[in-house]
Amino acid sequence: MLRMLLRRLLLGVVTVWIVSVIIFAGVEALPGDACTAFLERDAKGKLLENCRHDLGLDKPAVTRYLDWAAGAVRGDFGISADGQQSIASMVGDRVKNSFLLAAGALAVGVPLAILLGVITGLWRDRWIDILFSTGAIFAMTIPEFVSATVLILIFAIWLGWVPAIVLTPADAPALDFFPEFILASVVLTMVMIAHIMRMVRSSVIEAMASDYVQMAMLKGVPYWRIVFRHALPNALLPAINVVALTVAWLLGGVVVVEVVFNYPGLGRTMIDAISDRDLPVVQALAMIVAATYVGVNLIADMLTILLNPRLRTQRMRRK
Amino acid sequence: MARPIIDIRNLSVGFTGRAGRTLPVLRNVDLRVCRGESIGIVGESGSGKSTLALASMGFLKQGLRVIEGSVCFNGEDMFARKLNQLEAIRGGQLGLIPQNSGQSLTPTMRIGAQMAEALELHCTLEKDAYRDRTIKLLSQVRLPDPEAIITRFPHELSGGQQQRVAIAMALAGEPDALLLDEPTTGLDVTTQAHILELLQDLARDRNMAMIYVSHDLGVIARACERVMVMYAGEAVLQGPTAEVLKDPAHPYARALLASIPRLCDPHLPVALDGRPPPPGGSGPGCAFAPRCALADDQCRAARPELLDAGGGSQARCLRHAQSHELTAGGAGSDPLHHRPDGAPALVLDDLSISYAAPGLLDRLFGGGGMGVPTVDDITITIASGETLGLVGESGSGKSTILKAVAGLLPPSGGTIGVGDGNALPEMVEQRRPQQLRRIQMIFQNPDDSLNPRHTVAEILAQPLRLYDGLSGKALTDRSVEILETVRLGAHYMDRLPGQLSGGEKQRVAIARAFAAEPEIVLCDEITSALDVSVQAAMLELLNEFKKMKDTTYVFVSHDLAVVRALSDRVAVLYQGRLCEIGPTEKVYGQQSHPYTSVLLNAVLEPDPDAAPNLMAEDVVELSPPARGCPFQRRCTRKQGSICENETPPWRETGGGHAIRCHIPLEEL
Repeated sequence: MLRMLLRRLLLGVVTVWIVSVIIFAGVEALPGDACTAFLERDAKGKLLENCRHDLGLDKPAVTRYLDWAAGAVRGDFGISADGQQSIASMVGDRVKNSFLLAAGALAVGVPLAILLGVITGLWRDRWIDILFSTGAIFAMTIPEFVSATVLILIFAIWLGWVPAIVLTPADAPALDFFPEFILASVVLTMVMIAHIMRMVRSSVIEAMASDYVQMAMLKGVPYWRIVFRHALPNALLPAINVVALTVAWLLGGVVVVEVVFNYPGLGRTMIDAISDRDLPVVQALAMIVAATYVGVNLIADMLTILLNPRLRTQRMRRK
Repeated sequence: MARPIIDIRNLSVGFTGRAGRTLPVLRNVDLRVCRGESIGIVGESGSGKSTLALASMGFLKQGLRVIEGSVCFNGEDMFARKLNQLEAIRGGQLGLIPQNSGQSLTPTMRIGAQMAEALELHCTLEKDAYRDRTIKLLSQVRLPDPEAIITRFPHELSGGQQQRVAIAMALAGEPDALLLDEPTTGLDVTTQAHILELLQDLARDRNMAMIYVSHDLGVIARACERVMVMYAGEAVLQGPTAEVLKDPAHPYARALLASIPRLCDPHLPVALDGRPPPPGGSGPGCAFAPRCALADDQCRAARPELLDAGGGSQARCLRHAQSHELTAGGAGSDPLHHRPDGAPALVLDDLSISYAAPGLLDRLFGGGGMGVPTVDDITITIASGETLGLVGESGSGKSTILKAVAGLLPPSGGTIGVGDGNALPEMVEQRRPQQLRRIQMIFQNPDDSLNPRHTVAEILAQPLRLYDGLSGKALTDRSVEILETVRLGAHYMDRLPGQLSGGEKQRVAIARAFAAEPEIVLCDEITSALDVSVQAAMLELLNEFKKMKDTTYVFVSHDLAVVRALSDRVAVLYQGRLCEIGPTEKVYGQQSHPYTSVLLNAVLEPDPDAAPNLMAEDVVELSPPARGCPFQRRCTRKQGSICENETPPWRETGGGHAIRCHIPLEEL
């Protein structure tokens, strides 16, 4: 068990490392660097050379990669291209805000999606299934900016229950984003629910048609007990990986929603950094997103193995 | 006669098909069972036997409904009861032992929890008494170490252990009647025989009524007093077991019996042509008439009633008196036997295969040895045109050897050579097309080995394109020609596997293998997923190919009777090691390895007078012993430490028959 955990962890680290090389190489391949971006029209001759020397850009690429990587491991991504801000402190707040938004969407969305998936699976092809299934698909297909705009119109402008956009500064404490971030998480919930719900629905249908559920019925087990003790523990296992993908997607920054609501999260920072050609920030953000994906999927794999006795005991008893 | 505990009267069950027609799955079935009685229901797949058994629990699969008739348990109609009343009866007075316990136990629940659930629902016990009771039940079904078993998950048990857990669970409610839906299908012969003995003991002790549902007449012969034969949803013959299995008064029952290969009979079984009608497709007359040799216009005009056929049996047949003249076993065609002096076609030289390959981390950090190989020390030369049968229980390495020959698994030692004396490259990717063509494989389950989205034409085209470079009209003509050799016509070309019956699918799989014009065909349990009558047809087909093309077969099966019918030579495997090899008559003869005797004695024949002789416990071994004889742990004739420490010598009895045992030949 421990061996396998270490092995997965090792593979995760290797993945992140490969991603870091690709990101660094990609940025390196772009024409121009931090100095040309900073100096703009003056980027020539002595001035450019001095700037590059100051920032250490005249060193060979491998040395710079190692410096950057060594810093990134310690959480120090250097300073942004305008030369003023520490990337770590700037990005740190944005990461916190993105996590807050994701947590809001997940706390409501995942339980709701699972509940709806179970309901639609148990009452397959009845009106309740058709209603929720089509509803979820509908919610997923509307682009986020449309649903966001409609929600703003209804809840912020007509009803006036919540503010339309977020004006809180990025470094404000988490509580200050309440109630502003509610609308944004509702939009995200609408988008993510269909994936999880449909996955849960089909695995509930599969479990309810299985031999062990039929056996439990013929053993005299009451219906709801079959659902909760026999069917659901098996049916929910495959949902873990879909939930993980959704979590990673949310944590990776949801650009459109953040822009619409003026929410100071990772996605918007990424857009700003790209338009400013702030390459160190782009690098840092890309690394954070990659590490998040790897981390969340790692946790999901672990959970699957821990919760599925087939996988768990197989690994333990093999050696 | 006592009051029946299960009383099914005139039961018809069906579903609504296309165009709103009601299609019957069961037609006017009557069944009465009293306490202490055991009744067998036999029939091929689709005959409605499982539907009938489940209906007696008041349960119908989705889409099915009762058209007429009633099912009474203890005098009350099951389909009229409320759900909570049914829940109290199911698993309580009326227990079920399912066909596939591996899939019928909930994978996420420990055995102890599942057992306790059954107890909680049907008995009132003190809270802390459940565990003791569970352990008592598990030891009653002779499971070793029940304290450990209750902490296990279902997948950690072997097939035989899972089946025993299912039996213990059915006994938890102290049932008055037990339904057994194919209780031993999929188990090894020795396990099967042990489970049946156990069930009979339990039935006797508790005076239970038992309904055995099985396609295996051997099981029914062993366990039941009365038999009901089902065909196309009808009871076509019922009567005392001895009567029904020895001299059945119905042409279908006779044909079914004739299609079963026997241990003591070197002939091929007789195949039953045609296939049963689909639900609702049997027309106005007798459902079996289209396949019956005795049928006349009267048979086709109206459905016969159950008539008294003497000897206490009733047959749904107008010609039951004449049916006694039809064959009911033996008299099949002779299998073609090889010339022992044939040139070698396949040479396995000291082959060993290990599944436990060292992983990435093992190699990085060292350590983690290879352990004992799964298959070891296999040296066999198979002559051209010869059929070698490989037999053994599950886990004996039969299929593993086939996979290595086919290049799907790398051997860890030894070589695989073909006729020209050259060793084949290990893996299938390294083999050249002309090497690949020589060896073709047919798999156990055609549902898995045929691509469900390819038509029969596309399936057959692949080998023809690859090995012969055919295309266009030549390809189509050749495909049709090959289809005809497996007795399927050109109109099958556009069908998808899903539109074929199990037997037809396996014919397509056989056709695909023979399309490559192979020298060697590997058959991996190719008949075990098929009904007996279809199995007989497959064996006939393989024998025909042998006559036409002089093909060499390696035929793997756990069914000793099937192997007997087709093989020239038989090799017996235990834990991946050879125990015995020789001509078929010799291996099935008197002098044999202790393990071969155990296997042969455990076989259940469809003959009520033949009782199995259980010699060894059906213990499951996870890995072979590191030294000595592979069978040392289960052998009833173990000689002492020599068996544990020294690999037994091959002892030749002459005629190419050799036994690997420390016991001298005279005493074997």
